[in-house]
Amino acid sequence: MTTVSMKVNGKEVSADVEDRTLLVQLLRENLRLTGTHVGCDTSQCGCCVVHVDGKAIKSCTMLAAEAEGADVVTIEGLAKDGELHPMQAAFHENHGLQCGYCTPGMIMTAVDMVRRLGNSLDEATVRHELEGNLCRCTGYHNIVKSIQAGAAKM
Amino acid sequence: MYETNFHRAGDLAEASRLFAAAKDEARYLAGGQTLIPTMKQRLAAPSDLVSISQIAELKGISVGSEMVTIGAAVTHAEVATSNEVKGAIAALSDLADRIGDPAVRHRGTIGGSLANNDPAADYPAAVLGLGATVHTDKRTLAAEDFFTGLFSTALEDDEIITKVAFPVPEKAAYMKFANPASRYAMAGVLVARMKDGSVRVGVTGAGQGGVFRATDMEKALSASWSPDALADIVVDPAEMLSDLHGSADYRANLVKVMAKRAVQATA
Repeated sequence: MTTVSMKVNGKEVSADVEDRTLLVQLLRENLRLTGTHVGCDTSQCGCCVVHVDGKAIKSCTMLAAEAEGADVVTIEGLAKDGELHPMQAAFHENHGLQCGYCTPGMIMTAVDMVRRLGNSLDEATVRHELEGNLCRCTGYHNIVKSIQAGAAKM
Repeated sequence: MYETNFHRAGDLAEASRLFAAAKDEARYLAGGQTLIPTMKQRLAAPSDLVSISQIAELKGISVGSEMVTIGAAVTHAEVATSNEVKGAIAALSDLADRIGDPAVRHRGTIGGSLANNDPAADYPAAVLGLGATVHTDKRTLAAEDFFTGLFSTALEDDEIITKVAFPVPEKAAYMKFANPASRYAMAGVLVARMKDGSVRVGVTGAGQGGVFRATDMEKALSASWSPDALADIVVDPAEMLSDLHGSADYRANLVKVMAKRAVQATA
């Protein structure tokens, strides 16, 4: 067992966990932040994407112990004062989801994409950048539209 | 995942100490983008993990007129977005930019990729194709001596890659045909003409023995640096991988097509 401490959505947290605990398990099971999903558990689907020290990563492919001292932001950390983050609002307005399971990872990837590449994203760039996020419902059309709209408003 | 003990090393000496002190089988953990999934599938079960991704000695990129040196713990995203690397060896930043997906590139490291030597990984093609030197905490290894077969290298169990030095070529390009699901190379070819006029061709994703140099192509391109120079080259399917993603014949053809496209891209 190890005590791990980090900042999650602006709050200092610490938990006693087994060394083999994945970051996503710490988030969901210890901190009850169940907005971060586990779709495939094999590092492919991107439902578990969160930001660690400002970078999008797959939280099913990182040990909680590796995030010791890190600044972690999950989907729950995006909305401020009851207002949806512009990217969340864009997914809502553009119907960028059907079942919604992949949505938290899509939005965290999208926010990271805008931070790295700027507010004006063409369709080809968005689709290329979504290679690590799978959606089994939508065919991606409205997801791409949502990300372009959200990017413009960020 | 089976139980394991996690240790974080602050420097190389501490990493070696922690590795030696492990009660059973220790493994170094870099970005973890292969090792953690492998442990989750219970295909690896080290008793101890020694995390080396935050060791300062393994960080940093330095670019000179003759050499680009990349620390072993530098991530794919850092190589892909380095303007200095792009200016010196665009083929290298381009290769790094097409590994996996953005989230994987934020964690995965060059040292981790090379130590694992997955036969479909991208970096081995650059190390062999550019004739890079792999530096470890014990010695330096030429690219030809480093790769010894599928998932195997000349590294000893407790040896750590510290940096990789790539000679700056006159021109080079990397082309890969990626598996559409995993983004691993089904055939990836790096072609390079070095400043001394020599030509090197490194091929990943396709060979039965892992990454290899396509010496017939090197000869043909030495005589004439053009895609057409490769027209009569025959890649032997008997030496190619065959799996559910593609037959040996298909891969043999892909190698040639990717090589031609890479040469074209340097024009």
